[in-house]
Amino acid sequence: MSDNAISVQHLVKRFGETTVLDDISLEIPRGQVSCLIGPSGSGKSTLLRCMAFLEEATDGSIFIEGAPLGFVYDGAGKRQRQSATELRKVRSQIGMVFQQFNLWPHMTALGNVSAALRRVRKLSRAEAEEKAMVQLRKVGLENRAGHYPSQLSGGQQQRVAIARSLALEPKIMLFDEPTSALDPELTGEVLNVMRGLASEGMTMVVVTHEIGFAATVGNQISFLDQGKLLFTDAPSKVFAKPRHPRLEQFLDTYLDRGASTLV
Amino acid sequence: MGFDFNVILSKQDELISGIAMTIFVWVVGTFAAALIGFIIATARRYGGVIVDKALTVPIEVIRGTPFLVQLFLLYFGGPYIGLSLDALPAGLIALSIYGAAYFAEIFRAGYQSVPPGHVEAAECLGFTRVQVIRNILLPEMALLVIPPSVNMAIILLKETALLSLITVPEMTMTASAIGSQEYAFVEAMVLIALVYWVLVELAGVLGRFAEKKLSRYRLAKA
Repeated sequence: MSDNAISVQHLVKRFGETTVLDDISLEIPRGQVSCLIGPSGSGKSTLLRCMAFLEEATDGSIFIEGAPLGFVYDGAGKRQRQSATELRKVRSQIGMVFQQFNLWPHMTALGNVSAALRRVRKLSRAEAEEKAMVQLRKVGLENRAGHYPSQLSGGQQQRVAIARSLALEPKIMLFDEPTSALDPELTGEVLNVMRGLASEGMTMVVVTHEIGFAATVGNQISFLDQGKLLFTDAPSKVFAKPRHPRLEQFLDTYLDRGASTLV
Repeated sequence: MGFDFNVILSKQDELISGIAMTIFVWVVGTFAAALIGFIIATARRYGGVIVDKALTVPIEVIRGTPFLVQLFLLYFGGPYIGLSLDALPAGLIALSIYGAAYFAEIFRAGYQSVPPGHVEAAECLGFTRVQVIRNILLPEMALLVIPPSVNMAIILLKETALLSLITVPEMTMTASAIGSQEYAFVEAMVLIALVYWVLVELAGVLGRFAEKKLSRYRLAKA
């Protein structure tokens, strides 16, 4: 098997007449942090959502650890939907973290984290909760286990959401702008948890506006603009001058707002 | 003309069986209506555009015509298409279908109230569709669907009175019969009005109890 956890090949996504992703090919190396950056509407979130099969690509294919995701090609080269069981199997290698956390409000933090262990892995309640506590401890929230999402801060909710995704021990973690819905003061705690995961060697794909995080934690950075993948490279090369003119323009808007002094 | 409830109360056995019949058709009819309504709403959500569109037609027809007309059509019209039903099954079926059309809309609104991201999170974790409905969608929509469902149950209770017109021996029919025989029609009506009202209040109490139990997570304080 190759060293790539995810392989995106000639991916096209159209919503009606609008082409959101235009022939994207991208390799996500195993055990590394890959960041997707770009202006709003560039298609970076859509690309990430395709990797979790939350959006169905119009054309092209995605392989997760070598296995096709969502669609398979039959002998005649015709694309067909994967069976629900097959899809769940491929998807089980992926954990997804959303911008809006998407915790289930009627369950406590512990309930959120243990739900998949109970329903999907069919563990007993006691076993599931024991494993869930390990994940809550990992994100520093073991003392909030009995709290409902409405009783937690945004940062805490996002950390519970990360613990929830980690509960099934995925090989790959996808993050869709995980700090964009948070107050600036709360982004740090979430980014710290993500740094911890990266240092453990988790394969991560992160859509982010945190250029500083991308530059310091990312192993590779992909820059998207208007549905096209302009380039993928190591941060040291991406941010070294002279920069790609479109990236320069994008970074200027950050510097204008004083949002990042890192680059 | 003096009011005299003793005449009516001397027929308490008949009255009680009438009340029991009303409660029976009400409870069975309401649960059947809720179940069918839920199935319709679920089919519309997952069955694709054609199923969704196809199911709007019967819902609109049922909601657009009076219950009494539907009941008569089923009971008196049914035999013309080879559907001869006894009064009780005809009444139960008519009540269930009538209620189902409204419950379908209640559950549709319930489904729509759950943020799509909550379902996506469950799907990413490998929940099956049934698990998503059972563990995420139903619990999350519960608070929203309970008040209109209680309201619908109350409406259905009052509609059961019309079953007397196809000879289901529920309490309106029993009370009318006793009232006419004993020349105490008004007393009989006053009595069953009280019983209907008590049952309505009971439904309200049960609904509020369920709401309170289910809203614990909303009321939890930091």
